[in-house]
Amino acid sequence: MSDALHIQPEVGTSHGAHHDEHHVHHHKETFITKYIFSQDHKTIGKQFLITGIIWAIIGGLFSVLFRLQLGFPDQTFPILETFFGKWAEGGRIKPEFYYALVTMHGTVLVFFVLTAGLSGTFANLLIPLQVGARDMASPLMNMLSYWFFFMASVVMIASMFIQTGPAAGGWTVYPPLSALGEASIGSKAGMDMWIIAMALFVVSQLLAGLNYVSTILNMRTKGMSMTRLPLTVWALFFTAVLGILSFPVLLSGLILLLFDRNLGTSFYLSDIYIGGQALPNEGGSAILFQHLFWFLGHPEVYIILLPAMGMVSEVLSVNSRKPIFGYMAMLGSMFAICILAFLVWAHHMFVTGLNPFLGSVFVLLTLLIAVPSAIKVFNWLTTLWRGNIRFTPAALFGIGFVSLFISGGLTGIFLGNSTIDIHLHDTMFVVAHFHIVMGVASFFGMFAGVYHWFPKMYGRYMNNTLGYIHFWVTMIGAYLIFWPIHYQGLAGMPRRYLDKSVWVNFSQFHELDKMITVVSIIVFAVQLMFVFNFFYSIFKGRKVTTQNPWGATTLEWTTPINPGHGNWTGEIPEVHRWAYDYGKDGREFIPQTEPVGANESKH
Amino acid sequence: MVSELNISEHKTPAKGNGRKMHPHKFTLWVAIASILMMFAGLTSAFIVKSNLVGWRTVTMPDVFWISTAVIVASSITMQMAVRAFRQRVMQQYRLLTAITVLLGLGFVVLQYMGFHELWKNNIRFIGASGAGQFLYVIFGLHAIHVIGGMVALVIMFGRAFFGRVKQYSPVPVEVMATYWHFVDILWLYLLVFFLIVG
Ligand code: HEM
Ligand SMILES: [Cu+2]
Repeated sequence: MSDALHIQPEVGTSHGAHHDEHHVHHHKETFITKYIFSQDHKTIGKQFLITGIIWAIIGGLFSVLFRLQLGFPDQTFPILETFFGKWAEGGRIKPEFYYALVTMHGTVLVFFVLTAGLSGTFANLLIPLQVGARDMASPLMNMLSYWFFFMASVVMIASMFIQTGPAAGGWTVYPPLSALGEASIGSKAGMDMWIIAMALFVVSQLLAGLNYVSTILNMRTKGMSMTRLPLTVWALFFTAVLGILSFPVLLSGLILLLFDRNLGTSFYLSDIYIGGQALPNEGGSAILFQHLFWFLGHPEVYIILLPAMGMVSEVLSVNSRKPIFGYMAMLGSMFAICILAFLVWAHHMFVTGLNPFLGSVFVLLTLLIAVPSAIKVFNWLTTLWRGNIRFTPAALFGIGFVSLFISGGLTGIFLGNSTIDIHLHDTMFVVAHFHIVMGVASFFGMFAGVYHWFPKMYGRYMNNTLGYIHFWVTMIGAYLIFWPIHYQGLAGMPRRYLDKSVWVNFSQFHELDKMITVVSIIVFAVQLMFVFNFFYSIFKGRKVTTQNPWGATTLEWTTPINPGHGNWTGEIPEVHRWAYDYGKDGREFIPQTEPVGANESKH
Repeated sequence: MVSELNISEHKTPAKGNGRKMHPHKFTLWVAIASILMMFAGLTSAFIVKSNLVGWRTVTMPDVFWISTAVIVASSITMQMAVRAFRQRVMQQYRLLTAITVLLGLGFVVLQYMGFHELWKNNIRFIGASGAGQFLYVIFGLHAIHVIGGMVALVIMFGRAFFGRVKQYSPVPVEVMATYWHFVDILWLYLLVFFLIVG
């Protein structure tokens, strides 16, 4: 199972031990090739992370703005007019602005932050380091994947500055609204730019995914069999496979949408009157778009969640000083989740007139996902159970992830029953469900990853005190924000409405909405503190002085503290055991590189 | 002699077991799966829609039969080029590659002529949906994949001519050929699909 070290023409091997500290590569590097058009997977990972952070600030800020509207619908905020001009005339968020904000919030966080920012960062950083490779299978493709993401970002940002504003039909861009420029200003040029940006994004994801899969399968170091891989790598592998098979379907849906918008075709449009005029479109089906969208859309939520699951598995095992419980069960359940992820998309469409018999099949398949999910939860809890837990910020975020995943998974079971979903669909309950289980949980996985691997990225630690404040405020804040939103949804409060004051029975939620908005602002501020901690620590953080600060078994901690391009100065180490020998035979941990001793017990 | 050695080494990269596929070939297969998903999405959309009211069928212009012959022929020349490369008859390899590119170009032109004829037969974008609208999109996207293949072929061809380093490994040529056969077979699938369902 050892793998080809020779198939890496771009990365030179060591010149020998006589100049260890020296970088391992021999080509000349300028600032541009080292930090901008870099082909080093670690640098590309950092580029994804920092771009993701910028996007997260933008997307998060948008949510603060529309939460202001939801919490204080009758108040004016003159400062908004200062910044946003006609979009917030008189300090009041206009309906069009509100829709643009929620749409961009969803798009940005789902795709640009939690897909590109999350798996882009950690797949790039961790796959070569943990499988024992000097770089990705194709560093060039890897670099291109970042730059396609960057171009997608530029187009998306640009769409926010045009006259008619960005896309505003929701992150799911359902036609006919999104297909007809006459229908709303958010369906004009901004929508075309949205489609172009997403097409570039899909290309970026495909380039990245192909590379991840072929690196994991082909470039593992000697001894690194598939079942010796850390769960992070497995999770990133499944993520890549999901992306490769589902993003093209989204692309096909978007291409048809582009035709409907610009060439007058009728893929999604039929019998539409707009402004008193009948359109010539006939025979189209808006539901068709939903099928194509959710065929990506549901796998997408796991594309977001799986990397977090993988990192949490690793972080929890390392910090409870215990092997991960049920390694093979973890693999099996991730596999099951991947298969099922392709078979449940119609649970987003229970109330679209889907045939109820077909619906019941999707109910069954949807509820089946609870099984592998429960297995994973059980294994995380058992890993923690009686562990010698080190409560580092990373570990806390890992534990927080498990808590959120349980809460959000349970509400998924409500929604997965098509009969209950008739009541809950398009209410705030759905919003609460997916923010907890996907949004916040995956952010927690990402934070766990950042705190844990920051020393590997920058050779320094992040500040712990700020880390603890970050964790507790975010954890408590997340529940304070999203728990009550479930009640709003149960009471029937619709999502995507900017002003609910016409409904008398929702007036009971006025004060609650204010509280939620205030907490959102606090939580947002604490995320800015995290960003500060991140950048401050890059330059001023406490320096890492040992190669393996967490006492972990995996290969990334056998590289120099500040690894150069090529990762290891000498030979790539050989692997002799799985990644989870913690607390074995009286030893705290045994690195993967250590040969199995003669009298060693089995794990 | 030297070249022989190199070739065999490249076939089984750094490994004892010759069973394993070259990583680039493997990556290509994954990419093919991805492209297939896109066309699967489009053709299943087609099926869903063909059962709805307002659907119009389309009669395929005969040009598409010629283009089918051309792309199948190009697959054959591509395969011959691979063989020539393996036997290191470089003159022949270059010639066959050039023919393949030209046949690819011929295919794209023929497709365009097919579109032109459809357009003349009043299959338009605007208005009621039908097989014709799908045909433009699906065949168009397929043609883009053929063009992509041609660009790659031209680059490879240029390397064989002007490259300073002599290429001995057949892997790039084989990868290229696999892709080329793939777009060929994809075309056959689409053609049959439109004949049966359209
Ligand atoms: C036991 C597990 C789960 C079940 C049974 C479940 C079920 C559902 C159902 C039925 C809906 C549609 C609700 C509606 O629109 O009426 C939904 C929405 C959603 N779920 Fe889940 N879910 C589960 C876990 C997850 C996980 C793990 C994630 C993400 C990582 C997730 C992300 C989402 C998202 C993003 C939406 C809303 C999309 C939108 O309409 O904007 N769910 N879930
Ligand atoms: Cu779903």
